Amino acid sequence: MTHDDTATLAAIVREAYDRQTPLEIVGGGTRRHLGRAPDGQPLPLASHSGVVEYEPSGFVVTVRAGTTLHDLDAVLSREGQKVTVDIPRFSSTSTVGGAIAAGFTGPGRPYTGALRDSVLGTRIISGTGQVLTFGGKVLKNVAGFDVSRLMVGAFGTLGVILDVTLRVSRCPEDVQVIEFEMSWSDARERLKRWEGDLPLTGAFYHRGVLSVRLAGRAARVTAAVRELGGERGRPEVFTELRDLALEFFRAPGSLWRLLVPPDSPWDPQETLIDWAGAQRFWVTLAPAQKVREKALQYGGQAVWVWGPDRSEGPWAAPPAATMALLTRVKAALDPQAILNRGRLYPDW
Amino acid sequence: MKEFTEQKATTLPTAFWRSLRRILPADGLLTKPTQVAVYECDGLPVYRARPLAVALPRTRAQVGLVLALCSRYGVPVVARGAGTGLSGGALPHAHGIVLSLARLNRIVAIDPHNRTARLEPGVRNIAVSEAAAPYGLFYAPDPSSQIACTIGGNVAENAGGVHCLKYGLTTHNVLAVQFFTADGVLHEVGGVTGEGPLDLLALLVGSEGLLGVVVEVMVRLTPKPPATVALLAAFRSLGEAAASVSAVIGEGIIPAGLELMDALALSAAQDYIGIPYPPDSQAVVLAEVDGDLATIELDVAHVRRLLLGHGAFAIEEARSEEDRRRLWLGRKSAFPAVGRLAPDYYCMDGTIPRSALVSVLAEIGERSRHYGLPVANVFHAGDGNLHPLILYDAKIPGELERVEELGAEILRLCLAYGGTISGEHGVGVEKLDGMCAQFTAAELATFHALKSAFDPHHLLNPGKAVPTPARCVEPGGMHVHGGRLPFSSLERF
Repeated sequence: MTHDDTATLAAIVREAYDRQTPLEIVGGGTRRHLGRAPDGQPLPLASHSGVVEYEPSGFVVTVRAGTTLHDLDAVLSREGQKVTVDIPRFSSTSTVGGAIAAGFTGPGRPYTGALRDSVLGTRIISGTGQVLTFGGKVLKNVAGFDVSRLMVGAFGTLGVILDVTLRVSRCPEDVQVIEFEMSWSDARERLKRWEGDLPLTGAFYHRGVLSVRLAGRAARVTAAVRELGGERGRPEVFTELRDLALEFFRAPGSLWRLLVPPDSPWDPQETLIDWAGAQRFWVTLAPAQKVREKALQYGGQAVWVWGPDRSEGPWAAPPAATMALLTRVKAALDPQAILNRGRLYPDW
Repeated sequence: MKEFTEQKATTLPTAFWRSLRRILPADGLLTKPTQVAVYECDGLPVYRARPLAVALPRTRAQVGLVLALCSRYGVPVVARGAGTGLSGGALPHAHGIVLSLARLNRIVAIDPHNRTARLEPGVRNIAVSEAAAPYGLFYAPDPSSQIACTIGGNVAENAGGVHCLKYGLTTHNVLAVQFFTADGVLHEVGGVTGEGPLDLLALLVGSEGLLGVVVEVMVRLTPKPPATVALLAAFRSLGEAAASVSAVIGEGIIPAGLELMDALALSAAQDYIGIPYPPDSQAVVLAEVDGDLATIELDVAHVRRLLLGHGAFAIEEARSEEDRRRLWLGRKSAFPAVGRLAPDYYCMDGTIPRSALVSVLAEIGERSRHYGLPVANVFHAGDGNLHPLILYDAKIPGELERVEELGAEILRLCLAYGGTISGEHGVGVEKLDGMCAQFTAAELATFHALKSAFDPHHLLNPGKAVPTPARCVEPGGMHVHGGRLPFSSLERF
C-alpha cells in the first residue's frame, strides 16, 4: 500500500524530456474525462502511494499523490480527523494527486475554503525530470513563490505531483441537512445572514429548494436545526453533490460551472446553484459560446467540466498578452511541454 | 541565467527623464536628494540605498507608461506601498527608480451584496475595514502595521496578522488582481471565486514585487462575527504557556487569534503602557474566540479548561470591545515597548510546526544565554509563527554580526523542526541567505525561471526575495551577510 516511486518516475520524466515525448499522468484514472484529451504515454502514479508523515496534533498530513482519497480518509478518521477541504471523489480509486491536479472543491468551498487553501506544500517532478519541493508543512510560509498552490487545478501541466501536504481538521460530531422551499433571492439573503452565525458547511439551491448542511459540535448543530426549522434532507445529498453524482449531473449535454457573483439571479433556472451562489452547475446542449456569454452577463466566467466535445477545454483562452504569460509560466516548469500535453490548452 | 542589471543607468539619457516627466503629474517625480532620502529604506532601516528618482503616478495608466519606459531603457523599478515592510523588500535600487503606488489610493467599489471590495494598491489596510463597517463587514487580514500599510504591499508580502489563524492570510482573501508586467502590459487574473486556468494569483501574492505591479485588487469581505471574547492567561513558565497553545490547537479548536508573550516582552509592555499583568507572570497567552454566542460559550469554556490544565494561574476574560482592547493593548504595543529596552532590536520571523513550540522556545532561550543577547518573544503562537526580538546595541563593534549569527541559528532551528525562514515578513534582502538553506539550487532556479516568465530582463525589484545560485555557494552560508553596508550589499546582485 505504501511505496515510494520517486526515482523511477523521475527517470521516466527525464527520458521523456530528452526525447521530447509527451506523458499522460494517470492516478486512479477517475478524472481522465476532465479537460481536453492529452497526448502521450500513460505515466502511472497509483503505486506511488502511502502517508509520508502524519502528526494528528499538528493537523497536517503529508501523503503521496497515488494514495486514494479513500485510504487517506481511513487513516485520518482513526484519529477523528478529516481533510479540511471538501474534495470530490469520483470513485474509490480517486487519488490525492488527481484531486489536486483537477483542483475541484466541493460544496464546502464558501465555509471550509478552496482546495488551494488546504495545500501547504508539494513535491513535484518538473518537466525536466527534477524533483523539487515547495511550501512546507506549516500554515504561514512566505519563503519563495507559492508554487504549491500553482499546481492546484493545473491539470498536471506544470509538474508531476509526488507528495502533497494538506491541512486536516477534526471530524464534526454531527452533520444534518435541512431543506427549505423558497425563492432564490430569499435563500441568498438567508445565507448571507447565517454566514458566521450558524455552523454551515454547505448550501445549494435547486428547483426552488434551498438545502443547507450544518456540521460541527452536536449541541450546536441540534440548536441550529431547532432554530431554523425546515424539512430534514437526505444526509448523503451533499456528498453526491461533491462527487458530481446527483441525478442532475446525468442529463445529456456538457457539464459547466458558471462562476458568478453570488448575488446573481437564478438564471437559467435549469442550473443548480452551489457555493452559496458563487458556482452554478449547468448541464446543457447549448453551444459553448452561449454558456460563456451567460457567465459574462453577470460578470463571471464559465468553466467546462465534461461533455461530448473535449476540444473545448476547461478555460477559454484569456487575452493574447495574458495567454502568452501563461505559456511562459508553463514553459518555466515544463519547457518541452511533455506533461499532459494538450490537457488545458492545445499544444501545451 | 540573467544576472541583475546593474551595469546600466548611472547616467540615463535625458530623453528618458524627459519622457518620465511627461508621463507623471507635475509633482509626481522626485529627484532631489532631500526628497528622495525619505525613500531610502523601508521598515528594515539597516539597509539603505538612494534611488535615482521616485515616481509618484496618480493613475494606473501612468503606472503602465512608467513601466514601459523603464523597460525600454532597462531601468530597474522597485514598487513601494507605505514602506512598512520588515525585510527590505522596498529597498531602492541605486541605479533604478522607486515606483510609489501611494497615490493610487481609491476604494474603487464596495459591493456589500457580493461581499467584495475593489481597491487601488495604495489604499491602507485599515481603510478597507472602515469602509466596509457600515455593512457589517470587514477585511480580515490585519497586520500590526494596518493603519499605515497598503493593500498593494499586503499582496506583495502575503501579509498576515493576529487573526489569520481563523480568517487566513492575504492569499486566502484576494480574489482577483489587475497588474502590469515589467513591459507595461496590463493583465487580469482571478475572478469571483479566485480561480483561473493557472493560479497566477497564487504566484503573485507574496511575490515581493518581483513579478508584476498590482494596480487593482479585489478582496473578499467577511461578516463581522456576532460576538468576540478575549482571554488572557498568565503562566509561571514559558514552557507551560507554549504547551497550552499546542494543547488548544491539538484539540482542534481554531481561535480567531492565539498569541504568546514571554517575561521580557511582558515587563516591557507593562512599563510602556502602564497596565499591570498578574504578578509573577513569566508568560501570557492571549486567546480570542469569535462566532455565534452558542459556539463561543462552548469554545471559551473549552479553552479555559485547557489553559488551566496547563498551569495558568490567572485568567482574565474580556467581552466588551473596550475590555478586549485593553487586554490586547500590551500585545499590540509590544514591539515599540521592547524597542525601549535596548538601543536596537532585530525582529526575526520564522514558522515552526505548532507541536514543536515548547522545544523551540527552550532552544531559543539557551542560544540567547549562550550569546549573551536578550531575546524577547511576542508572536502568533497559534499558527507557529515566531517573532523573536533580539536586543542589542549597534554602536558596539561586532555586535550586529553576532546578532545576525544568532538570528541565523534561530532560522536554522526553524528549518530543523520542519518550519520555514519566513512566516509573514518576506525574504526581501534580509533573508536571501536563508533561502539558500531552505531551497536547493534546482528549486531556486525554478523561482528564477518563473521570474523570467513575468520579467525577462529582471527589472522589477531585482536582487530581492530569490538569491542567485552564485550567492548560495559563497562560503559561510547563512552566517555571511556579506555587506551589511547599504551600497556594498546592493552591488552583489
